Order: sequence, then C-alpha cells, then structure tokens
Amino acid sequence: MSGLDWIVQVIGIALAVAAAPVFVGWVNQCRAWLQNKSAPSILLPYRGIRKLFHKDAVIAVNASPLFRLAPYVVFGAMVTAAAIIPSIATRLPFTQAADAIALVGLLATARVFLSLAAMDVGTAFGTMGARREMMIGFLAEPALLVVIFVVSLTCATTALPMIAEHLSAQSFALNPSLAFTAVAFTMVLLAENARIPVDNPATHLELTMIHEALLLEYSARHLALMEWAAALKLFNYACIGFAVFIPWGIATSHAPVSLAVSAALLSAKLAVAGAALALIETVSAKLRVFRAPEFLATAFLFAVLGLLVRLLLGA
Amino acid sequence: MSHPLNSPLMLCLLLLTAWSLVGLAGLARPSSIGFVGRTLFPLGALLGVGLAVAAAMGLNHPAEQLVLPIGLPDLPAHLRLDALSIIFMILLGAASAGISIFAAGYFRQGEGTAPGLLCLQYHLFLASMGFVLLADDAYAFMLAWETMALSSYFLVTTQHRIPEIRQAGFLYLLIAHLGAISILLSFGVLQGGSWHFTFDAMRTAHLDSHWATVAFCLALTGFGAKAGLVPLHVWLPEAHPAAPSPVSALMSGVMLKTALYGMIRVSFDLVGQPMWWWGLLPLSLGLFSALYGVVFAAAQTDMKRLLAYSSIENIGILFTGLGLAIVFAGVDMRAAAALTLIAVMYHAMNHAFMKSLLFLGTGAVLHATGERNLGHLGGLIHRMPWVAWLTLIGVLAIAGLPPLNGFVSEWLLLQSFLFAYKVPHPFINMLLPLGAALLALAAALAGYVMVKFFGVIFLGQPRESTLKRAHDAGFAERLGLAWLALGCVLLGFLPTNVISLLSIVTRQLELGGLPASDAPWWLLVPIPERESSYAPLAFFAVIGIVVVLAFVGVRFFYHQRVRKGAAWDCGFGRLNSRMQDTAEGFGQPIRHLFQPLFAMVRELPSPFDTQPAYRLEIGDRIWRALYQPLGASVRQIADKIAWLQQGRIAAYLLYSFVTLVVLLALML
Repeated sequence: MSGLDWIVQVIGIALAVAAAPVFVGWVNQCRAWLQNKSAPSILLPYRGIRKLFHKDAVIAVNASPLFRLAPYVVFGAMVTAAAIIPSIATRLPFTQAADAIALVGLLATARVFLSLAAMDVGTAFGTMGARREMMIGFLAEPALLVVIFVVSLTCATTALPMIAEHLSAQSFALNPSLAFTAVAFTMVLLAENARIPVDNPATHLELTMIHEALLLEYSARHLALMEWAAALKLFNYACIGFAVFIPWGIATSHAPVSLAVSAALLSAKLAVAGAALALIETVSAKLRVFRAPEFLATAFLFAVLGLLVRLLLGA
Repeated sequence: MSHPLNSPLMLCLLLLTAWSLVGLAGLARPSSIGFVGRTLFPLGALLGVGLAVAAAMGLNHPAEQLVLPIGLPDLPAHLRLDALSIIFMILLGAASAGISIFAAGYFRQGEGTAPGLLCLQYHLFLASMGFVLLADDAYAFMLAWETMALSSYFLVTTQHRIPEIRQAGFLYLLIAHLGAISILLSFGVLQGGSWHFTFDAMRTAHLDSHWATVAFCLALTGFGAKAGLVPLHVWLPEAHPAAPSPVSALMSGVMLKTALYGMIRVSFDLVGQPMWWWGLLPLSLGLFSALYGVVFAAAQTDMKRLLAYSSIENIGILFTGLGLAIVFAGVDMRAAAALTLIAVMYHAMNHAFMKSLLFLGTGAVLHATGERNLGHLGGLIHRMPWVAWLTLIGVLAIAGLPPLNGFVSEWLLLQSFLFAYKVPHPFINMLLPLGAALLALAAALAGYVMVKFFGVIFLGQPRESTLKRAHDAGFAERLGLAWLALGCVLLGFLPTNVISLLSIVTRQLELGGLPASDAPWWLLVPIPERESSYAPLAFFAVIGIVVVLAFVGVRFFYHQRVRKGAAWDCGFGRLNSRMQDTAEGFGQPIRHLFQPLFAMVRELPSPFDTQPAYRLEIGDRIWRALYQPLGASVRQIADKIAWLQQGRIAAYLLYSFVTLVVLLALML
C-alpha cells in the first residue's frame, strides 16, 4: 500500500462525512417538491448541526458517563463504516480491516450503544424507543446478512471491494437472485434509517416515533453528533447498495481521472437514489409499530428467496 | 522419560491433584470464611493459571500418554494429553482462575453449606473437569464425569434449606444421570466387541455403520443432556438461578464445554470417520436450541434465568457448528471442516469468558442489592461503576459486536457456512446456507437480549429505594471480573494467534489446518483465496481515533459547556422510576412475535378494577408437553410397582425364591 492509497482513503472518508448531511438535505428537498411544498435549502441539515454545536449541552442529572460517551462511539462507528465501504474507489488500505459481515457488526455496535444511551436516563420514551429500535434491528440485521450471503455466494468473497470489482466487471444483466435481494435491501434500508413506512423522520409524535425517541434526551453537541451519525448511516447504506447492486463506474485504480469519473458517477447515483427514496416516502404511509416486524420479515423472506434462487439457478 | 516436570501431562496431573488438596484443606477449618476465602480460593486461582500455562506447554509436543496404577485391579487409569484436551484445559484453567478469585471475595458466612465444605466441593468440581479432559479410557472418563456431576450437584444445592433449590438440584441430577447412562452405553458400543474400554481400543475398533450411528446418537443424547441442548435443556434455567454465582459461572462457562469436548472427542476421534448425515442432527438441534434459547432469554425477568437461556442459545450455536463440521468432514471437505471446528472451539473459549463474566456480574449485583428480579433493579451504573463497566464488556462481547471476541467466532462460523453450498448432496446443499440465516437471526436477537439485560440492571433510574444503598464489588471480585473481561478483549483482538493454536487441534484430528496465508499477524484471513479479512485491532484503532478526534475537535472549535438539568421526556414533569420499561415491557415485542413458542398465562387489569393487577407467567411448552406427562407416567408406574412392597418378610423371601428358580431355569 502506497502513500497515495492512504491519501485517497482519508479523502474518501472526509468526503463521506461532509457529503452525508447534504444527501439528507437533498432527500428532504425532493420530498418537499413531491409534496408540493417549497423546499428548504439543501444545506439545511448543516445549519442545524452548526447551530447545535454552538449551544450549551443540557444533560439529565441522573445521566451516566455512558450517555455522554455514546454519541462519540456512534459517530465513530459510522465514520469507520464509511471507511470500509467502497464508495469512490476499491482497493483502499483500510477496507481490508473488515468485510461485509464485520460491517453489519459495526452497524449493530452503533445501534446497541444508541439503545443503551436511550435507556440511560430512564425515561418512558427513551426506553420505549430503545425497545423498538432493537426490535427493528434484530429483524433487519439478519435480512441484511442474508443479502450479503447471496452476493458473497455470487462473488466467492465477503470483502466488499472485491464484491464491487467482481460485479462491476460483469455486463449488466437482470440477475434474479440479485433482484430479490435488492428489494430486501431497500426494505432494510428504509427500516434501519427510520424512514417511512417504518418510522417518520419528519415527526416528533411521541407514540409512533422510534429514532427520535432515542435522541429525546440529547441536546447541543451530543445531538449534533447523533444527527450527523444518522445522516452518515443513510449515506453508508446508500453506498452499500451501490457497491453491491450498481457498482459500475467505481474506480479500481487510483488514477486521478478514474477517481474523478467515479466521484461524478457516485454523485449522480446518490441524486437518483435520494429522489427515489423521497418518492417511496411520499407514496407510502407509515405502518403501525407492530406492522414493522411483518415488513421486515418480508424483507428477510425476500433475501432468503434470493438465496434459494441463487442456489437453485446458480444465477 | 526425562524429569517429570518437563512433561506437561505430569504437570497437569500434579496441578489437578493440588486442586483436590486445596479442597481438602478447606476441611481443616470448615467454618472459617477468612481462611477459605483469603487463602484457599486465591490459591485455587493461581493453580488455574498454572494449569493453563502447563497445558499450553504441551501444544507443540505430540500427544502424551500415561497409565496410572489406580482403580480396580487390572483396570488402570489411562490418561492422555493431546491438543484437543489442551485447548479445553487452557479454557478450564484460565476461566476458572477469574472465577476463583471472584469467589474469594464472594462467599460470605450465611445459611447453607459451610465454607470449608463448599471449598472442597468447588475444587473437586474443578479437578474432576480436568480429569474428564485427561481421561483416555471409558472407566476413568465416567468416574471423572460422575464426580463432576455430583460435586456440581452439591454446589447447586448450597442453599439446601430452600425447597425450590433442592428441587432444581434434583432435576439437574436426574438429567445429568440420564445423560451419563447414555454416554456409558455409547462407550459400550464404541468398544466394538474388543471389550477393551481404552480410547485407543475404540480408535482402532471397526464398527459397521449402523453401530457407529447408534454410538453417535447415544453420545449426542448424553453430551447434549449435559450441555443443555433442547429438549434436554430444562435443568439449566432451574439450576443456574439456584446455584451461587461463581458456581453458575463455572457450570455455564466451563462445565458445558466439557460436553462439547466429549462430543468432539467421540465424533472426530473415537468413532473414526464420521458419516456426513450425522452432522444434520446436531446442526438442526443446535439451530433450534439457539433460537429457542434466545427467544426465551428475551422474555425472562430473572437475571440469572435470562443468562441460563442465553447459555442454551450459545450451546445451540456450538452444536450447530459441530454439526456443520461433521457434515464437511463426512464429505471430505477437510479445509471447511477444519475452519468450522476452529470456529466452534473459538466460540467455546469466548463463551467461557463472557458468560462467566456476566454470571459473576449478576453475583455482584445480587450481593449488593439482594435482588435477582430485573423488576427491582436499575440505575446501578452509578452505584457500582466497576461492575457495570466490566459487565458492559461481557455484554458487548456476547452480543457478537466487533471488535470483541464474540464477533470473531460468529464471523468464522458464518464464513464456514458460506462453503456449505459445495456439499455434494442436492437439496442439503441448499438448506444448509439457510442455517446461516437462522444463525444470524439468533445472533441479532442476542443483541436484543443483552441490551435488555444491561439496560434494565445498570441503566435508568433505580426501581427500588433500597438500591441507593448498593455498594460496588470488593477488590477480589473486581479482580476476577477484570481478568475475565481482559480475556474477552484479548480473544477478540488477537484472533490470528488464537486460531494458530486451534489449528494444531484440527491438524491432530487429521483435518489439516487452515491454508497458509502471508497476511500480517494483526490481519485475519482464514481462507486466502476468498480474500475475506478482518482486523480487529485496526478496526478498534480507527473507531478510537475518530472518537478522540471528534471529542477534541468539538472542544477545540466550539466549547465544552454542560448544564445539568432534569430529564426532558417531552416536557412531562413528574417522572418516576415506574415509568421506565420493565423487563416484561422490554421483552414484549419478542413475546408478541414468537407467541406460539411460549405457554403464556396473562391476567390483564380491566378499567373497572379498584386495585388493578397485572400478572404474566411464561412457561416452557416443552416442559408441559414432554416432561410433565413423562413424570406423571413414571409416577403411575411406580405406584403400580409399589404393590410389590408388601412389607412382610415372607413376601420378600418368596421373591428371592422365584428369582432363583427363574435364573436356574435360564441357566439350564
């Protein structure tokens, strides 16, 4: 690994961290357009984060150190995940440190810390949110893992960069097992990122919220980190989807030209994915909380179906 | 042979004997908690460390054998130390060292067994587990196995004045003996007509495939009963809450692994070449146990019962892996079999450390609060920071989160499941990868269970006012917890080193080791051509660097002002501890989702009740469907047979006479 690789790696991480709030802003903008509202600025999430950083943190008297540690750990986990996922280039030095299964584990670590922090102050909403978040998590995680199994059976590896390279070398063809798993993955993405139909990112209605309930006791810089981490999580999921399902154009060498092409393609993919996400959110209604397991069980079954199709047809 | 101290087997033997002597020394001053606690238990812990080191010295030697002239005439005890025994011996020594040092501070004067006697039972238990691992003939094995069962029975019933505890102990003893009979019969089949009961004779005996199958199934029943494989799991959730915490830790962390050891020994060593379809049995039972255990764990309200069910889950994971390894070995996919078996042994090591850590954590909580019910705990991270943070390590580890140890073994197991589609049997090769999906579900549910466990005990507000008086654990207890937590961290951070030790075992079992890779020591690449890699240290370092950078950056660019205030909770002012989720509440989604598994009795209050009450009982369907009818029929038969006991001497003489006549008739 040369110095150049490390520079590309660090720049990639920094870009991901910087672009994540913009991506969320873009999704919000698209959603507003689709719903015939005047759209907020694409930079609004940034302004929110900046405002929060300037505020004084208010912490409940009975909060433990875990409560103050969690935002940093969650943010750290999401940044590490961004380092693992090949978004612009493959063959980056750090991607060796973890494969796709470890990535799922990393996302689970963030979820566990988030839930523990929500239980820390001991409020009704916090614990309820933790319970629901873990419920969503334990159903979404195996579905995501099965998605990864399907892809890794196709590529004979669980390393994400190799998967991206292997699939981008293939010509485009509708692969039945990948089609099933793509549906499953989209469902997992919606659930894990607290999107409609599982959760509504635009509301604070107490009895239905999941993600917001977890963050209820956070304020100022801790909240800012948590929000940023949530934006990064959405960005990461989108990049996992790109690496697995539409990897074409990803830079396999670190020549400046291919990197620039890859970055431009990534922005285009993100723009389309963000618009599609906004569309899904606009045309679907939020489910009752106890419908969410059915939604995720469907995702799990889709993924398993993809696995069976893959083993039956070998395609 | 040169000097006896150069022989790892002799050293192990000496240290095991020393454990028994330490136990006997407890009888010198049976009621002195100071002598037993401050001298004998730390000594036992030191011997544990010594045992682990002594055993590890033997790893690079070929298997070593020894015949001791003890036992019945013409039946000397055969002992053998090979790589497989060594790995489990290291597990026994290292995990028990932490537990013993914790126990040094844990046992107090009180009801129940006197400290000296407890010390004897405890150390005999340890030594007998060691002898189980060393035994090289069926007699020595069964003798050690039974000593283990009996000494642990007495340990479980330490508080023998409480009827429920006696009952739990009886159930344990019963199932342990059913299992022992099954193992004995299995050895009986394995000797294959040679009537030599040494393991060497069994290795060379040629069984036809039917008898080999019978032996394997008997062994699976016997060792499965000891391990707590569903449906033979019923004793675990009863015995663990009954036993003192260090004993629960030993039983769950170490004793269950001797059953796994026995299973590996029979299927990969004694029976010769296993048939591939045998593996499907432990595989399916294991998957079922894993899901069953974790679903029940999520619904528990007693912290030790919760951990007991979590042990059933982990045993399920271990047997799933074992089954998969047998399938691979049976179809001659040696590299995959080796990888799977390594994952299984790795998980056994991990579970020994993390489950012991959690059980000891509950012990410290139990001592500080007197409560085992999750509904009466909460907020203990403020009162018991040491216990809480060390337990958190165990919680994260057992939830299978990187970069701790629980993740590594699950990762390896999932990797080996990805080979399953190559098994050359149609249909099976499609079903096997689905096992990986179920395993992933169980692992994700384990995260749910552990968040519940930690969150309800240590986080939130104290649910009882008495909890404000809770105190942190003493020095010895902290040391024990820290030792086990350190084990979890090291096993998580140094996977390549652990795996290179474990592949010595697979090489000795003639499966071959893992393929050589030119990866650096911190990078785990089990199968080079697949390029799947994992580097926990790098992983942890990056998270750590980002955390530090974020922390420093926020402080540097902005400020670090903090105000303390009341909890916000959407502006609802009068918050009290009863508004948090209870343990029942936290488990509610799982109860809802997996309703058919539970036998549930629920009484909900109506709006018109003047004194609303809520009652929920969660029963085990297997207990009701299998054990209760079985128990009832045994009782019925016993009642009928009791008619024989007329209580008159003439009747008994008549029985003897009839028996003699029948026997004579048979002989002639």
